[in-house]
Amino acid sequence: MKNALLTELFQKFALQYVKPLAREIDELERFPQETVKLMGTQGLLGLTIDQNYGGVGASTADYINAVRIFSRYCATTGVILSAHTSLCVDPIMKYGTEEQKAKYLPRLASGESLGAFGLTEPNAGTDAASQQTKAVLDGDDYVISGSKIFITNAIYADIYIIFALTEPSLGTKGISAFIIEKGIPGFSFGAKEKKMGIRGSSTSELIFDHVRVPKSALLGPLNGGFGVAMGTLDGGRIGIAAQALGIAEGAFERVVEYVKKRVQFGKPISAFQNTQFKLAEMRTKIRAGELLLEAAANQKDNGENYNESAAIAKLYNSRIAVEVVDDAMQLLGGYGYIRDYEIERMYRDAKITEIYEGTSEVQKMVIAGKVLR
Amino acid sequence: MKIIVLVKQVPNTSEIKIDKLTNTLIRKGVESIINPDDLAGVEEALKLKSRYGGTVTCVTMGPFQAESMIRTLYGLGVDHAYLISDPKFAGSDTYATSTILSSFLKTLEYDLIIAGYQAIDGDTAQVGPQVAEMLELPQVGHLHAICGYQDGVLQVEREDETEILTIDVRLPALVTTLRRMNTPRLMNAWDAFRATSKPFTLVRFGDFPVNELKIGLKGSPTQVSKTYTKVLVQKAPIEKVDAKEASKKILALLYPYLGVK
Repeated sequence: MKNALLTELFQKFALQYVKPLAREIDELERFPQETVKLMGTQGLLGLTIDQNYGGVGASTADYINAVRIFSRYCATTGVILSAHTSLCVDPIMKYGTEEQKAKYLPRLASGESLGAFGLTEPNAGTDAASQQTKAVLDGDDYVISGSKIFITNAIYADIYIIFALTEPSLGTKGISAFIIEKGIPGFSFGAKEKKMGIRGSSTSELIFDHVRVPKSALLGPLNGGFGVAMGTLDGGRIGIAAQALGIAEGAFERVVEYVKKRVQFGKPISAFQNTQFKLAEMRTKIRAGELLLEAAANQKDNGENYNESAAIAKLYNSRIAVEVVDDAMQLLGGYGYIRDYEIERMYRDAKITEIYEGTSEVQKMVIAGKVLR
Repeated sequence: MKIIVLVKQVPNTSEIKIDKLTNTLIRKGVESIINPDDLAGVEEALKLKSRYGGTVTCVTMGPFQAESMIRTLYGLGVDHAYLISDPKFAGSDTYATSTILSSFLKTLEYDLIIAGYQAIDGDTAQVGPQVAEMLELPQVGHLHAICGYQDGVLQVEREDETEILTIDVRLPALVTTLRRMNTPRLMNAWDAFRATSKPFTLVRFGDFPVNELKIGLKGSPTQVSKTYTKVLVQKAPIEKVDAKEASKKILALLYPYLGVK
């Protein structure tokens, strides 16, 4: 269930701090550090964290609502929050020991630390089981070597959940998850990626060159990392489904405004059936996406298995985001193609939602797997 | 420091429409907001709390719909709120309102009472000073800033038409705040999330001693006999001339007032 006052806060925060920066951070490919800092002081980075650990104790539905509302104005801000919450906070809450929770959650809740997640490697994308990063036991420590690519929040994060082979002969059953902090010797970053969309978000390679971590950095069971990764990505998919829906809603809001004002052939183009039918299709897609998203979030909140619902919500919402921004741009015509009108940015931002945190094809594998089980 | 802020929910007058038949405000569909001068007071109270410790309590009088305002106040970090609401209080003018508020405030503990300078729906600026008088408290109105607090003395700056006065006032006291003295904070998620289920105290007639003859519509000395909308009449003539000609004509009109030739 969504909290009405939190919704009011997200909306105010979005209008006051997120919207005004959206264009600038896209153009300059600048990470909005000041917004992230403010998100921390307003409690937005600790929405799902238990109150015992300094969090808000709100529901997945509330957190999803924040990602969705921010993404209406700026998809970059949406994904920063989503990666932090779904991919770092969530696995620590779900798989962390009491010591790990007490150590990391208060920092993540207050915004002192930002979270990130590293699974993908140059040769392990959809085939996540082909990990090459290794963690070798040496006395009481693990020594991690390898690299992770396309990591969201990369250089601005402080706490990372990363995956490495602890038993290479066992394949997926030999992967473990680790909590790594920025600044430890041997841990560095590759070049910043230049992206088509969400250009304000920080995306880089994480490089581990004999990074020594104690056994206590292990998150979840030894060799149980694949389960941690898959469980975490289920939650991440709801976050990206929310981001995608937000992008679609943002484009829809702007196109509705535009067609009422744009006059051609002596009347606003909203008077034409082509416009009306397009708007009706867009609205229907958005409404359907909203129901799928909320169903998945509520299932997670109720402790039910939401693996399939999350895949469906992400598959559908990422597709309709791409379709809705495309239709919106067509209705705006030449103006839509001009940067001043924001649809151009949304058009570029939407596509990534079909790719990251499991491509649409991965979502289909998950869904079909359930169907054919 | 125990701080009480008097707050009022008001219609957002920047969106107000007048019913031309009845000459009254159309309240339907008009957003309700926290009176801006009061919200500035809440912000000052929360700042004082974070600097010197203590509690921030809000007291409001009005219909039940003010609950939504209380939720927002809780979301900002206010500790507790009282909603004074009873049919017997309805129709109170400023004097009756001050009578009710001050009678109720006598039942609470406080070091400082903050009231907004005036409400945007009435513009009287009377309730704060009246409450101070009725409680026999020192008062400083029209604050530009609250600077600090030490040894039971609050240092404030009062804004006049031409000057700023720095005043030390010994607590307990009442001050009135101006909307332009600060930028109210945004709600925070911690307090906003808890706000929904956080209890407030509903105060009815009979819950505290008050003279029944001095409250409500009947107890109010002010009686509004008629309300009407001002009709604006265009008195100045309009001429369409070029800029040079226009400046000459304007100067000619101004000369008698400038004392120059």
